[in-house]
This record gives sequence, C-alpha cells and structure tokens, in this order.
Amino acid sequence: MNAKVTQTNPEGSAQKEAPKSEGERKKGSKFLQILLVPILALLTGFIIGAIVIALSNDAVIAAYRNFFHAPGAALAATWKAIVTAYGALFNGSIGSFTEIRQGIQSYYATGDSKPFLLAIYPFTESLATVTPYILAGLAVAVGFKCGLFNIGAEGQFGIGALCSAFVGYSIHGLPWFIHLPLALLAGAAGGALWGAIPGYLKGLTGAHEVVITIMMNYISFRLSDWLLNGPMKAPGYRPLTPVVESSAMLPRFFPDPLRFNWGFFLALAMAVFVYWFLFKTTIGFEIRAVGANPDGARYAGMNIVRNFVIAMTLSGGLAGLAGATQVLGIDHWVGQGFSAGYGFDSIAIALLGQSHPLGVVLAALLWGTLRSGATRMQSLAGVPIEIISIIQGLVIVFVAAPAFIRWIYRIRAISVQTTVLTRGWGK
Amino acid sequence: MPPVLELRGITKSFPGVLANDAIDLSVEKGKILALLGENGAGKTTLMNILYGLYKPDKGQIFINGEEVTIHDPSDAIARGIGMVHQHFMLIPVMTATENVMLGVEPTRSGIFLDKAKVSKRILEISKQYDLEVDPQACIGDLPVGAQQRVEIIKVLYRQADILILDEPTAVLTPQEVEGLFKVLRSMVANGKSVIFITHKLKEVLAIADTITVLRNGRVVGTVNAKDASQEKLAAMMVGREVNLVVKKKTATPKDVVLSVKDLYVRDERQNLTVNGASFEVRAGEILGIAGVQGNGQTELVHTLTGLAPVVRGEISIMDKPVRHSSPRNVLERGVAHIPEDRQRHGLILSFPVHDNLVLCTYYQPPFAKGLALQQKVIVETAEKLVTQFDVRTPNVFVPVSTLSGGNQQKVIVAREFSRPIQLLIASQPTRGLDVGSIEYIHNRIIEKRDEGTAVLLVSPELDEIIALSDRIAVMYKGKIVDILPAAKVNKTYLGLLMAGVKPSEALEAAPATTQEIEVERVF
Repeated sequence: MNAKVTQTNPEGSAQKEAPKSEGERKKGSKFLQILLVPILALLTGFIIGAIVIALSNDAVIAAYRNFFHAPGAALAATWKAIVTAYGALFNGSIGSFTEIRQGIQSYYATGDSKPFLLAIYPFTESLATVTPYILAGLAVAVGFKCGLFNIGAEGQFGIGALCSAFVGYSIHGLPWFIHLPLALLAGAAGGALWGAIPGYLKGLTGAHEVVITIMMNYISFRLSDWLLNGPMKAPGYRPLTPVVESSAMLPRFFPDPLRFNWGFFLALAMAVFVYWFLFKTTIGFEIRAVGANPDGARYAGMNIVRNFVIAMTLSGGLAGLAGATQVLGIDHWVGQGFSAGYGFDSIAIALLGQSHPLGVVLAALLWGTLRSGATRMQSLAGVPIEIISIIQGLVIVFVAAPAFIRWIYRIRAISVQTTVLTRGWGK
Repeated sequence: MPPVLELRGITKSFPGVLANDAIDLSVEKGKILALLGENGAGKTTLMNILYGLYKPDKGQIFINGEEVTIHDPSDAIARGIGMVHQHFMLIPVMTATENVMLGVEPTRSGIFLDKAKVSKRILEISKQYDLEVDPQACIGDLPVGAQQRVEIIKVLYRQADILILDEPTAVLTPQEVEGLFKVLRSMVANGKSVIFITHKLKEVLAIADTITVLRNGRVVGTVNAKDASQEKLAAMMVGREVNLVVKKKTATPKDVVLSVKDLYVRDERQNLTVNGASFEVRAGEILGIAGVQGNGQTELVHTLTGLAPVVRGEISIMDKPVRHSSPRNVLERGVAHIPEDRQRHGLILSFPVHDNLVLCTYYQPPFAKGLALQQKVIVETAEKLVTQFDVRTPNVFVPVSTLSGGNQQKVIVAREFSRPIQLLIASQPTRGLDVGSIEYIHNRIIEKRDEGTAVLLVSPELDEIIALSDRIAVMYKGKIVDILPAAKVNKTYLGLLMAGVKPSEALEAAPATTQEIEVERVF
C-alpha cells in the first residue's frame, strides 16, 4: 500500500514516511484550502470597512471637495483616516508594544506593576471577551456537524448563566474546588437541558429545530425576566442577581481591573474535547454521519433521534458553559438582557470557523478581539463602533457565499466537499 | 446532403482529466445515433458541449453543414437542439401544460397566460408523435414514463430537430422502454434526428441506426447497428472481452434463512403496499423478486432490514422472529443490505473511503475500544478491503464522492461482504453501473451464494433476475403471485404476471417454463 500511495501522488517528496504522514499531509493542504476563503473574506471585509471609514470622515469628505486642486491632500486625508481608525482598533484590542515595553522597564526600575498591567489591559481584555465566543461558537458548530441549526445558543447561554449564578450565590461555605466546578456544571446542565428539548422534539416529531430553538429563546428571555425581577432578584431596585460567592468565581490572573481568568483556558480545553469527541469517538462518528447524510446513517443502523438529542445536548451544554464562564469569570452576577448577542454572534463564528473546533477558536479570537478593540477605536479615533459590526457582517456574508470571494479573486473552485450545514424544511 | 449535426475534433479537458479527446461524430437526418460508453467515458461532457453548457477547448460543430458556435443552452435551443436530461427538469406541482410553457410563455393581450394555446399545441404534438400526455395532469401525479413524455414534448414544443436523450431508459419499466422506443421511431419517421446516450447494449441494438462507442474520452469506433453484436459492443466499450453470461453452478439450497409469512406493510403515505406477501429464502440460493417498480418491493426490503415497521404478518431470520427490530439489530443478526439508492442510502458521500468501509461496524472491536475509534485499524482494514475488492481509488482518505459509480458500489459490497453474514438483501445492485462493474458485482453475489449465504435479489431488470436467480418470485401489487424455478422460466409468462395477469390466465397464454432458455446478460 505504501508504494501505491507514493506512486499515485507525484508531489510526495515532502512526505516523511509511510501512509500515515500521507494522510496528514493531505489534511494539511486541505486545511490551507479551507482557510483561503475566510482569510480573503476578512481582507475584503477590512477593505470595504476602510472605504466606509473614509466616507464617514468629515475631513476626508472636505478634502475631496478640493480634489482637483490638491489631489495629494485628499489621498493623504483618506490614508490618515484609515490608518488612525485601524491603528486605534489594533491598540484597543492588542495594545501598544511600546507601552508594554515601557511597562516592563518601569516594573524592573521601580517595582511598580501598574504601567505594565495598564499596557497589557487591551490584550487580556480581548482574551476575556473571546472566552464565551469560543464556547458558544463550539456549541453552534456541534449542531452544524449533526445537520442541526441551533439558533437557540442565545437562550441556552442565558439559562446556563442563570443556573451557574444561582449555584454561585445561593450555596455558602464550600471550598472553591467544589463550589466552582459545581457552578460551572450547573451552567452546562441548564444549557444542555435547554438544548436537549428541541433535539428531542425534532427527533420525535420532525419539527424544525430552527423554529423550536427560536421559541425556546423567547421562553428563556421571559423566564429570566421573571427570575431577575422575582425569585433571583438581589435586594435593591435593579433586576440583578446577587453577586456570586468568591469560592465560585473563576480565578483571575491579574488584579482588578484586568478580568482575564481561567475561563479562557477552560474554553480551549473544551475545544480540544469537542475535537476529540467529534473526530475520535464512535458517538462523534455517528453525529457526523447523521449530519452528512441522515438516510445513509439510518441505513447503516444508526439511531437518528438519539444522535439529534446527543448533539443538541452537547451543543446546549457548551452554550450554557459559555454563559457560566461569563458570569463566574467576568460579571459575577446576571442582569437583564445579559446574553444579548452572544448566542447569535456564535452562529457567525461557527460559520467563519467552518464548524471545525480549531476554526471556531481562530474565528472566536478574531471576533472577540475586534469587539473588544472597537470600543477603544470609538474613543480614540472617533470611529463609530458600528464599523466593526459592518466588517463582521461583510466577512460573514463572504464566508457564507464563497463563490463571491472566488469570483473577486479569480480562484478556481476547490473540489473539497462542501459541508452540509443544515437541511431545509421537511425531509 | 450534409449531416444534420457534425462534430469534428472536439477536445475538452478538466483539471487532471481529458474528458473528450478529438471526438468526431455525425448524425444523419431522420436517424438515431447511439452514443455508447461506460460511466466516465465522456458521453455527458460531449453532450453538454453540444448543448452549450461547456465550451470545448478545441474542435468545430457543424449544423446542416454550417459551422456554429454554441455559447449557452438558449443558443442550442435556437439552433434546434433539444435535450432530455436523465434527471427531469420538471416542476412537480405544476401541470404538464405549465411545465411545457415555462420560459416561453405565450400571452393574451400581453398579460394573461395563454394556456389554451399551449394545451392545443401539446395535443397536436402528442398526436403527431404518439406521445400520450394529458396536458392538464399535474406532473407529481404522473408515472415516470409519462413525465419523460412531457420532457420530450417540452423539447419538441421548442421546435427541436435534434434531440439528445441522456440515459432515458434508466428510470423506466420494461413496458415504458417499449413505449419510448415507439415514440423515437415515430419522431425519426417525421424527420427528426436523435442522439441516444446509454450504456445498455440491448437497447442500442434495438433502437439505433448507427452506434458510436466512447472509451476514456476517445471514439473507439462507429458501427452500423445491423453489423453489431452485444459481444462486440461490450468489448469495444470496456476494452477487453467481457463475459456476458453469468456462469454459475446449480444451487444447493440448505436451511431456511429468511421466512416471510403473510406480510403487510404500509409506505410513507400510509398506503398498504405489501399485501400479504409470503416466501422463503434458503441458505445457498438466490431468490429473485421480479416486478415492475412500485409494486411494494422497496417497502418489503425496508421492512426486512428494520427500516419500516411490520403492520401484520411474520418475518423470521434464522428461525428468530423479527418484529420491531431496529436496523442495527437486523444488521447484527448477519444481514447485509445493498440499498437501491447507493448515494443516498448506502454511503456518506462526504466521508472518506475508510469511514464508509466501517459504516456498520465502527462501534465494534477492533474498530473501537470503548468510545475511542481505532483510526489505525480502520485505515489498515480499509486498505486491505480496497485491494481485495478492487476498488479503484488513489487512497482510502479521499471522500467516497470522488469515486465512480461502480467503485462506490464496490465500497458498499466490500463493506457488507466483509462482515459475517447469513442473508444478503440486494436491491438493484447494478443500477446505473457499467458492464465491467456489473460483471464484477454479479460474480461476487454468486460467490456469496456458493459460500452458503441466502440471497434475496430485488431488481426491476428482468434479465438480471433471470441471469442471477435460482428461483424467481413475481411481485404484483404487494403480493407474491408465483414462485418459479429460474432455470427454465418462460419470459413471456413472467412478463404477463408482472403486468398483473393472474397465473391461471397467464398459463393459457404461455407456458410457465420452456425447455430452452437463453440466459443472456444484456444491460
């Protein structure tokens, strides 16, 4: 077999040994092909974003009124507007290297860590923002892998947050190594239940999961309104839960106001787990088979209903865990409108990450970083925060319509099987 | 007079494949040209070039002696070329009239659709060419044969002179094939020309005037149908001598493996499609179920494999009753299933070859330890099976969708035959396959029979049933109307039973058995 493989692949020179590395190398080139469209989509998104930035800048518009007298000035103004905006975005999300260097120097010189912490604040804040996006993105990706469109991550996120908050503030006197896992598990369990219900209904009655998960979202919104104004409300005017016990908080790495915490590494660990589960276990094999071809899976003896339930439970559990890390690591309490957007953004992240755990992590890093940098961009460069939404929206449109990107960049369609994300209505 | 259509030196390459290599072809007015070739020989590519869907890299197209360039399908239609695709391009919820007028809607006062005019024209066409169609019928309610007639009318309505039919008989029952041939004959009698794409030898000889054989993108030769024989054509197609007769020893049936008693099954629309069927299959024999498609065969197979519930009656496999069994339960009892629709039911197309080879056994040792898949064992086993079953694939890591139809079917056969099995249920195991693959699959099935496996073969192709089976059960409207030994069966008698004639009446018209029977394999 070795010899055969080598013969059929003339470019086999890069190959180290035996058929195993052949498979890996194949995967490597496929991986690049898969990455090509998202990267170009991102590039295109930023280019169009730059045009919007220039068009919405008064100085640039004024300079163009004078274009025929001073074309250089107009171009310079355009360039300046774009560089200022994207520079601020970069500083807001990653930070300034100069500041970081100075921070380290001043720590060694004076022993004062404040300037250093201030310098790494943007970067750590980005990572803190990324955490729930990774988990919620994984949630939606697991659904996609089973051919299910889980629009309900939003609701599962909220329910997970409420459950972990409840365990976090209502139980007292536990050591952290029991209380924290318990609170995290409560969040995951709440989300899992919220996901399992649509999965079961879909499997049993054939009702479309999109409709059920949307309805489950509304139920969760109203349920949390009631809980936050009633049973779970902390004393006071505002609809908030009490602050969770410190034994249930995800430990932070730096003193306040840096909120970077263990949650980020928990999320990365879950990404590894999801990868293992989907690609290395028999259950994952079934989930992917059902997602790719439910008829074929049924003929091969797989139980479709069971797989829908498992996939939706895992998906909901991950979304719930995302809510839990947000509560236990960042906010420490839950307020009204808490989950706004996370569940929906996670759909975009799963799409951008092509439903692969690694892709989701990369997409979430990008997404969270942009979001966290956007605020800084607004205050520093006066560029509206919505620019980021526009860029993110464009990127998603391009990723969802790869033919468009291929047309722009004249790339030949690759023969990689298109992943079936979801099926239409009925069958 | 120049030929109606002539292609000279048509060449078309796709990345890595030379699909058409300097192809010459000509069609005379009022004649039927058959384009014969295995799957992947380049027939469809060539016709797509002619229909303006692809641009050729090189070559010229002449229509009535005049060189033309065809940019797109509307160009082709304007030049009188019409195409009936293998998969119909009809809208099921619309009537025949509405489907025919789609895209060329005539109107009254520029606003209102003039359906009456179209209906009238349809009736004229249908009279002229013997194409029986009810213009008001909803497409979804029509049988496949009638849908095809609508497709043909659609093409004729657009005044095509050259009709291309892509594998038109693949979806038809034997009776419908006869009907189609009648239509084609009356069309050429009316001065139309036809290009008939197929890989079925018998049909080519029955209908074509000239036959052009393609292999690996090249024209192997063009022969007159009068001078051709099946053996000769098959050899041209495959590139070597092909054994057209299935060679098999007399069966030695042993214990009953599958027994079905008075079985009733409903289909998805809750109609009783299996109505009290009873039969037995023994170890070491092949029972063929003959019947026109849609007489309950699909539902019967679904029930036997646990995919559909039993309404009433008994099924037992190896003396153990099967009632509310899940598909997995049935598979674990040693039942192999080659499904009717291999791409939809038999494979996960986006999965690599190795995963498809363990699709029924991935959860058992040695392929899994607990929850963990044993990737290495799976790949090694797959590599062995690929060699053993001669699956042509660059390696086992490519998606199974990249394989040809014949090789996809070999993957299914390899998977099912490599498990320990007592019963093989094969539904149309050679549908849409080329001669070489058919030969291969047939021999493997016979081999399994000789090893002592009970085989239930379901196929609408009577020739396949007769060639492979030891006994033949005829199914009509959900009942088994008669079971006969295959060796001496009379085809006329079988045909009558399949058409719904009662055995007693059929016996008056034709004897059930004949002394001499030509066992020929003709696809």
